[in-house]
Amino acid sequence: MTLLNIENLEVTFPLRSGSVTAIRDVSFTVDQGERIGIVGESGAGKSVSAFAILNLISKPGYISGGRIEFDGTLLSELDESTMQQIRGNRISMIFQDPMMTLNPVLSIGTQMEESILAHRKISRAEARNIAVDKLRAVQIPSAQKRLKQYPHELSGGMRQRVVIAIALLTDPQLIIADEPTTALDVTIQAEILELLQNLCNEFNVGLILITHDLGVVSQVTQKIIVMYAGAIIEQGDTENIVTRPKHHYTRGLLKALPENTTPGEKLNQINGVMPTLQDIPHGCLFHNRCDMVKDVCRKVQPNLQGIASHSVACHFPISYEE
Amino acid sequence: MFAFLVRRLGQAILVMLVISILSFSIQDELGDPLRELVGQSVSEEIRNQLRDELGLNDPFLVQYWRFLKNAVQGDLGTSYFFKRPALDVILDKLPATIDLVVAATFWIILFSVPAGMFAAIRPNHWLSKLCMGLSILGISIPVFLTAIFLIQIFAVNLGWFPAYGRGDTVVLFGGWETSLLSLDGLSHLLLPSVSLASVILPLFVRIIRSEMMEVLETEYVKFAWAKGLSKYRIWTVHAFKNTLLPVITVGGVQLGIMVAYTILTETVFQWPGMGFMFLEAINRVDTPLIVAYLIVVGLIFVITNTVVDIIYGLVNPMVKLTGR
Repeated sequence: MTLLNIENLEVTFPLRSGSVTAIRDVSFTVDQGERIGIVGESGAGKSVSAFAILNLISKPGYISGGRIEFDGTLLSELDESTMQQIRGNRISMIFQDPMMTLNPVLSIGTQMEESILAHRKISRAEARNIAVDKLRAVQIPSAQKRLKQYPHELSGGMRQRVVIAIALLTDPQLIIADEPTTALDVTIQAEILELLQNLCNEFNVGLILITHDLGVVSQVTQKIIVMYAGAIIEQGDTENIVTRPKHHYTRGLLKALPENTTPGEKLNQINGVMPTLQDIPHGCLFHNRCDMVKDVCRKVQPNLQGIASHSVACHFPISYEE
Repeated sequence: MFAFLVRRLGQAILVMLVISILSFSIQDELGDPLRELVGQSVSEEIRNQLRDELGLNDPFLVQYWRFLKNAVQGDLGTSYFFKRPALDVILDKLPATIDLVVAATFWIILFSVPAGMFAAIRPNHWLSKLCMGLSILGISIPVFLTAIFLIQIFAVNLGWFPAYGRGDTVVLFGGWETSLLSLDGLSHLLLPSVSLASVILPLFVRIIRSEMMEVLETEYVKFAWAKGLSKYRIWTVHAFKNTLLPVITVGGVQLGIMVAYTILTETVFQWPGMGFMFLEAINRVDTPLIVAYLIVVGLIFVITNTVVDIIYGLVNPMVKLTGR
């Protein structure tokens, strides 16, 4: 069953030097309990897409087009107070840097209880019990004791576990994780990812995992969306994207992964940089970095074509012999 | 906490020693106290005799040592003019000054917190811009000018409030007189306290605004929004508590500085407090009183700073008050 349905989403930032469209024509769906990954470079529009779902885009940005439907409700048409009842309740978020996400002057207990009490009419003691339960669920030792502690008393990995526990407090249907492991040690990264995956499985929670690391998403998610310069250029089942990428950009990203390189050889890299949002090129967004560029690529923008399990926006997609 | 206080006490003694040396050493530069003391008609011989009796002919260190020994026992010398212990004279005037500072602090907190928060949350609102404009004006106009304007408008032209004096006071336990508890006292207190607040208040508005704007951009405030908390909880609990930390640090020092500003305010309003007394003492070359005042004010500074540090430690969980 479809949980989240985004159609033709467009977000605009009005600036002094004219307005900039941060994301264009973004459409995707998340089913109940499904885990999808959004991959792309910094500035590709991953985070903006995620924040748009909760209507939390930093000012002066705003949703300038498209619709967001969540569990039968049109989120894009909700007023602020109804939206507030969905945030942190039915849709939770996990942020990038656990060192910055928790308020330094409030105890872990306070920050967990307030999150529950904002959405449930229960007593403080009951809220505290739920908090302890969730801290246990994210495998934090001596959970009871943690409630009295402050963020600076915990390590980075522990803090991200606390943030995940906060996201789980109200039994949400969807969790949006914005680069949840980028700021962590590699060893902790794997633990946190596994934890996130298991919890989503266990509680049947949908997950949108935003990352710039294809290696990370391929471990956790069932579907992958690749974004480039504010648009989706390829999307499909994880298996398809990772083993048979059709877009030259996606293939470049995969080739650039250290594990796909023979030791001792130079890492592959994609030449050039992603165009800034102020000067989006005509035609294909990727044409000035693409090895296979033809005349048509410079003139006509390719549309996303294909089937649900794999579609690509490229005039000359990579083909694979079966 | 105990270790912290012990360590603080040690520091305070050092600071007070330095203050006492400084203030004691300026007394020779202030003029001849004998002239104020005895008048024109006394012969040079008797003057010298008096100097000997007062110990004014002894070497500096001897004089300072004598002063220090007495000071430790609570004797800061005898005022030439009042012919009473200087400390007693100051303590008589202290309640009036405390009244003034308390009332000014009340205005500062009452207005700076909501104004600063509002200006941070809605920086483009016309009210915020008005607040910021007024605050520049408030910082720029010297306190005695504000005081004179207030007197001209509210005392002379409108006649709403008295222009000088302290009005009726109520005596609390221990003989402490306060204007805060009588209507007449409050009406006398209004103009002086507003003019005293007029310099520090704008500063507080600006600090609170800029600190809060910074805090509102942090990740943890964004996370609080994503948790679906009400905006009032985010502003007052998440943002304001973090805003308070730097405000407390700066604010504590400002409270000390306000004691200094009372000299101007008290003079313009003929307010019978320490500041007014200090200015008169200078005119009369009443050196023991001047020295005693400087030491008492130094002590007030040290105490406020210690209290500020303790409050800071209570608000900020990352600070542990230790003896190290």
